[in-house]
Amino acid sequence: MAFLTVEDQATKGRVIGRMVIGLIIALVFLIPYVVMFLGSVKTKEEILSYDSQFLPRDGWQWQNYTEMWSTPETPLPFNMISTIVISVAATLLVLLVAMPAAYYTARFRFPGRMAFMALVILTQMLQPAILATGLFKQMLFFGITDTWLAMILINAAFNLAFATWMMHSFFAAVPKEVDEAAQLDGAGKFRTLFKVNLPLVWPGIVTAVIFTFVSAWNEFAASLVILSTAENQPLSVALTKFIGQYATSWQFVFAVSIVSIIPVVILFFFIEKRLIGGLTAGSVK
Amino acid sequence: MTITPAPAPGKVPKRRRALNGEGFMQALPWLAPAIVLILVVVVFPAGYMIFNSLRKISQSGLDKGWAVPGKKDPDWGIFSNFAHIFSDPNLPRILWNSLVWVVVVVAFTVLISLVLAQFLSKPFPGRRIVRMAVVIPWAASVVMTTTVFYYSLDPNYGPFNLLLERLGLVGSEGIGFTKDPALALGAAMVVAVFVSLPFTIYTLLAGVQSVPADTIEAAKMDGAGKLRTYFSVVLPQLRGSLAVAVLINIINVFNNLPILKVMTGDLPGYESDTLMTYIFKVMQDDQRIDWASALSVLNFAIVAVIVLIYVRIVKPLKEV
Repeated sequence: MAFLTVEDQATKGRVIGRMVIGLIIALVFLIPYVVMFLGSVKTKEEILSYDSQFLPRDGWQWQNYTEMWSTPETPLPFNMISTIVISVAATLLVLLVAMPAAYYTARFRFPGRMAFMALVILTQMLQPAILATGLFKQMLFFGITDTWLAMILINAAFNLAFATWMMHSFFAAVPKEVDEAAQLDGAGKFRTLFKVNLPLVWPGIVTAVIFTFVSAWNEFAASLVILSTAENQPLSVALTKFIGQYATSWQFVFAVSIVSIIPVVILFFFIEKRLIGGLTAGSVK
Repeated sequence: MTITPAPAPGKVPKRRRALNGEGFMQALPWLAPAIVLILVVVVFPAGYMIFNSLRKISQSGLDKGWAVPGKKDPDWGIFSNFAHIFSDPNLPRILWNSLVWVVVVVAFTVLISLVLAQFLSKPFPGRRIVRMAVVIPWAASVVMTTTVFYYSLDPNYGPFNLLLERLGLVGSEGIGFTKDPALALGAAMVVAVFVSLPFTIYTLLAGVQSVPADTIEAAKMDGAGKLRTYFSVVLPQLRGSLAVAVLINIINVFNNLPILKVMTGDLPGYESDTLMTYIFKVMQDDQRIDWASALSVLNFAIVAVIVLIYVRIVKPLKEV
């Protein structure tokens, strides 16, 4: 690169410097998950031994990923099903409930609109943990404690606000003329929403949906108090069963974690670009 | 609690039936599902929690009427559960822990995030990969992330202690980060900062990217140095996203359960408990829903104050 000017050299140096710093930052954020993965392929004896190494010493124990499904600590296949059912159902419920509200509040002015948005913001500030005692007694009262239904409702309700808020900002970005043109053509509100608006805002809707799904997938505090039967508990709670006072089955803790984390991290990668837009639009949990 | 947005000065009063002439009844079918869900699963349990805080509830969960003063507690009538929690010798320690926990975690989170957001807004090859790595703790379950830290810090077999040993910083006995209440609380703070960083970085990154480039150019033309430009041009324009990041973090960190449950949950006593972990101990170990409810109401009141401050500063309803 004999033709580079002094200034170009300086810029090049700066870019390389940034790449090095960037690499270090990425490593810091990745290392805990690398440790997690390495732990998931060690034997229990090796993990708990006083002279354990960073890398698996006794060979890579891939069978941890098959053995974890049948352990005395927790019925993992059921936990997996619970996690999937609860988070899918809660996400669908949020989509069904939040989308019409988000569309309507973004498109029309009406008395009570501000009150509704204030209610949404108030909900956004709350988490299941804050109301755990109330939720616990309430689900007893309704007779649905220790059921999927209770956790589906809780996950949906506490993620509703964020989803509404985010979808609202995406609908609001669609020019009003688009709606007016559709209405002139004789389309009703439902048709306008589905045929005209949705094709324009679906990336935003997908972002809100993935966000809701990941948050329901990882929910811990409410599941801990509401779901008492081992079969009903999601992975986040089931995982703690492997942690004992004296001998923890870390290899299973980490194998379960890896299996649980990878799909949601991939989902999150899809919306990574749009997170910044979503965060500019409003406040997020 | 009502949240009324402050009217912008000089704005004409809102028309009751605006642009499209929609009435509340026409809007109702679109909003009703959301309203019902919020009322049933958020507002009702909040009210029920307040009600329970005024009742006497047995350990088996039986409601035994209005609360009556305990033998050792002052007579506060139906507020006896509150009398009990306020005369609890553990409470001052727990509130102090909560305050230290929130202040330290949020301060470090925001400071580190300001630096990283600034860095990640600069162009360089591979930036997208770095941003993706940064987002992982946000997607991953907090319980799972915390367990790997807990394991790493174990004095006998934890890889972090192994690393310190290899570097010659400690002997083979390691440091019992997770065995001593003060050290465990400190380690929990590190984990809390780690899992709070992604959201905070992205919120501030959104703010940094919306700072108009010409204002920075103008500052440079005026001969301002890099630091000067940052503090007098960039930082003031980050006010909005900074306020969001700080307040959402305060609420999240204050109400965090899994980190302390994993890191300090096995330690005896309440030396490293915050209000939230204490509530869960009273609810699950002591099985006292009435006392736990009173503590939750106290917790709720603190959150309400924070939300009120948030609404005052950020004015989230201004532009909806």
